[in-house]
Amino acid sequence: MFEYTFQWNQALARLPKILEGAVVTMEVALLSMLLGIAFAILLTLLRLSGSRPLHAIATTWIEIARNTPALFQIYMAHFGIASFGIHLSPFASLLIGITFNNAGYLAENFRGALKAIPDTQTRAGRSLGMSQLQAFRYIIVPQMLRISFLPMTNQMVWAVLMTSLGVTVGMNSDLYGVTQDLNALTFRTFELFAIAGVIFYVITKAITLSARLVATRLFRY
Amino acid sequence: MIEIQNVRKSFGPLEVLKGIDLTVQRGEVLTVIGGSGSGKSTLLTCINGLEPIHSGKILVDGTEVHAKSTNLNKLRQKIGIVFQQWNAFPHLTVLENVTLSPRKVLGMGKAEAEVIAEKQLKHVGLGDKLSTYPSRLSGGQQQRMAIARALAMSPDYMLFDEVTSALDPQLVGEVLETLKMLAEEGMTMICVTHEMTFARDVSDRVAYFHQGIMAEIGAPDQLFGDPQHPETRRFLASVR
Repeated sequence: MFEYTFQWNQALARLPKILEGAVVTMEVALLSMLLGIAFAILLTLLRLSGSRPLHAIATTWIEIARNTPALFQIYMAHFGIASFGIHLSPFASLLIGITFNNAGYLAENFRGALKAIPDTQTRAGRSLGMSQLQAFRYIIVPQMLRISFLPMTNQMVWAVLMTSLGVTVGMNSDLYGVTQDLNALTFRTFELFAIAGVIFYVITKAITLSARLVATRLFRY
Repeated sequence: MIEIQNVRKSFGPLEVLKGIDLTVQRGEVLTVIGGSGSGKSTLLTCINGLEPIHSGKILVDGTEVHAKSTNLNKLRQKIGIVFQQWNAFPHLTVLENVTLSPRKVLGMGKAEAEVIAEKQLKHVGLGDKLSTYPSRLSGGQQQRMAIARALAMSPDYMLFDEVTSALDPQLVGEVLETLKMLAEEGMTMICVTHEMTFARDVSDRVAYFHQGIMAEIGAPDQLFGDPQHPETRRFLASVR
């Protein structure tokens, strides 16, 4: 029926290289997540600022991030801005693309979480002598974190998976990029990508499981 | 001493306080009764500066609450307020709910704050609930926790805004007992309430509010026994 002979040894011999790629993938995902959270907080604040232009900037960002393909966002961060003479490394473009996407989705999560916390919580804090900032920091943020923790975990999983789009902008040091290069060398297509697939699965599963552990430890109420 | 001088306040076109004059002395227990929309709850949130006023003055120990130069965070440390909805902080245990402000606002150490919090929680009968989360408490227990939380800041004044109105009837008693206890200890209190028996038993004076005006104020025996204002008479007849 089909003539393909599996040669797992050849593929497995490349495992150390593939694992090196997996480390890069995790680095990109983690960095994009940390930056994404920072920008998401900024976007949330811009939306709350009451200033129309700032609100418009934040909304535009969020709308594009959530309603266009991640591939488009990464492409724009590389070839798109290259049209204006800005040439970034594949690593930088991939990081910017995923961060942009993360920030958009997370900002929407944060907004939902904020809406879910009644104003009376801040009021209660203020009436105990807290400043607006203290009430936000000690009363609102911890509750917000709990509500948006699982969506944040999901986004982290997405960030890991999105790194695979880096190959389109020439990224070849991450899990998918390394695998693609090895494939070009050895033509063990099925074996190599199967291994990469398993590693993706293990990484994302480890993220969800450890997040669940952290959640039970952190949110006992 | 809390001095309220000709205070007016509106929400949009609706004037909810139409020139209130009232002085509450240290150690006094004043209850405020009246129909809904009479402005009695609004007055409380104006006293601790949660709501702005449009004219007049409120002075707490001589400090003008709504003056621009007043540090409200500082002022609120001596005015505790407890609301109809108790607003427990759900992410903190009962003990942490009470220690949060002493630690963050007064800058107390953890151990010191816990000693004070435990004392206040025992005082309101929650000594065995320290490490419980609010979601495991009944409404009455949460409301008593909110009272302990306010007391932990060692306020000079306590404002109670219909603190039993959102409770199941069988839980009202335990909260009223707590208020009674505070009154007997000499706390200066303004209680907005619908509990007429409580108002009669505990107050030094009772004020009746009607449509943004303080229609009548007097000793409980006088106000309940021989109300002067026709609106007070009508109101008391309707709640009896």
